[in-house]
Amino acid sequence: MIRNPFAGRYVEEIASFMDDLKPLGLDMAKSLLAALGGSASAIEGYGKGAIVGAAGELEHGALWHVPGGYAMRELLGDAKAIVPSTKKLGGPGTRLDVPVTHINASYVRSHFDAMEVGLADAPKADELLLALVMTTGPRIHARVGGLAAADVKGEDGLR
Amino acid sequence: MPAKIRKLVTILEDIREEMGRPIAPPTRRAAAVAVIENPFAGRYVEDLTALMDIGEELGGLLAEKAVAALGIAGSAVQSYGKAAAVGENGELEHAAAILHPKLGAPVRKVLGKGAALIPSSKKRCGPGGVLDVPLGHKDAAFVRSHFDGMEVRINDAPRADEIMVAVVVTDSGRPLPRVGGLKASEIKGEDGLR
Repeated sequence: MIRNPFAGRYVEEIASFMDDLKPLGLDMAKSLLAALGGSASAIEGYGKGAIVGAAGELEHGALWHVPGGYAMRELLGDAKAIVPSTKKLGGPGTRLDVPVTHINASYVRSHFDAMEVGLADAPKADELLLALVMTTGPRIHARVGGLAAADVKGEDGLR
Repeated sequence: MPAKIRKLVTILEDIREEMGRPIAPPTRRAAAVAVIENPFAGRYVEDLTALMDIGEELGGLLAEKAVAALGIAGSAVQSYGKAAAVGENGELEHAAAILHPKLGAPVRKVLGKGAALIPSSKKRCGPGGVLDVPLGHKDAAFVRSHFDGMEVRINDAPRADEIMVAVVVTDSGRPLPRVGGLKASEIKGEDGLR
């Protein structure tokens, strides 16, 4: 949860805040990796999301795309796939389904997933709730076919 | 085995103002949601083919309903997403079986194109559970102005033996995009990424 520096008014130039968020993103990614055991090679899926407090603008959630993605890629080495994401505006207690896909190939079907996140007292009206998600494996009992993680080429981020 | 549909819900959003600024024309997005019986609720079933076929059926139905709600041609759709919520007696994998193997092709048929992956999410929850449907540009996943999401909630679904399936389409990106990145006007639309 961070203060939304643009809450309550329209600010045209917001994009430079993406750079300011990079250290936070990296800290969060490191904490997340530590929570999952600390080994980057164990991470198989990822995703990111943002909830903008009521005094903000949906666009403020979009500021998380670059720093959130950068942070996880930085930590995981050469993750190839786009980091799936979602965003919304909401009050304290709002939940967010953070989409999750395989880190090297978006089409790996066993790793299409999502994780619900949220906190009882956030985001307040002038806050942003920023989330990163990592996973260490496929869905439990994955059995609907498609591209398998073992068959990933890992070149274009898709297959 | 066709889907046993209890109800269909369509949600249409017209965003006419954002942070005090008029949005003209409004950005618009529509969700079509089906609440269906989960034929495999309460037991482990290895072969989920029946759910994959239901996904194919619902892909066309829901895409048509969502596009109709926007009142535009399928080819005018700019971004899309899909998601499913499984009731408490089901398995997360049941959502996967509906969403991933076969649902996308009929959606793309309604839209005419769709080179990009259809962003998705899934969960298990009780009635009134909130489902966030991630959204991305339909022909180029990296178009930054179209990274978005739409919340879908139905107060009485999914019941324990049900699955809620949603398809979302838009005629636009976020209302006031200004965080840079690849623009929709710059895409090639061939590889699904750029």
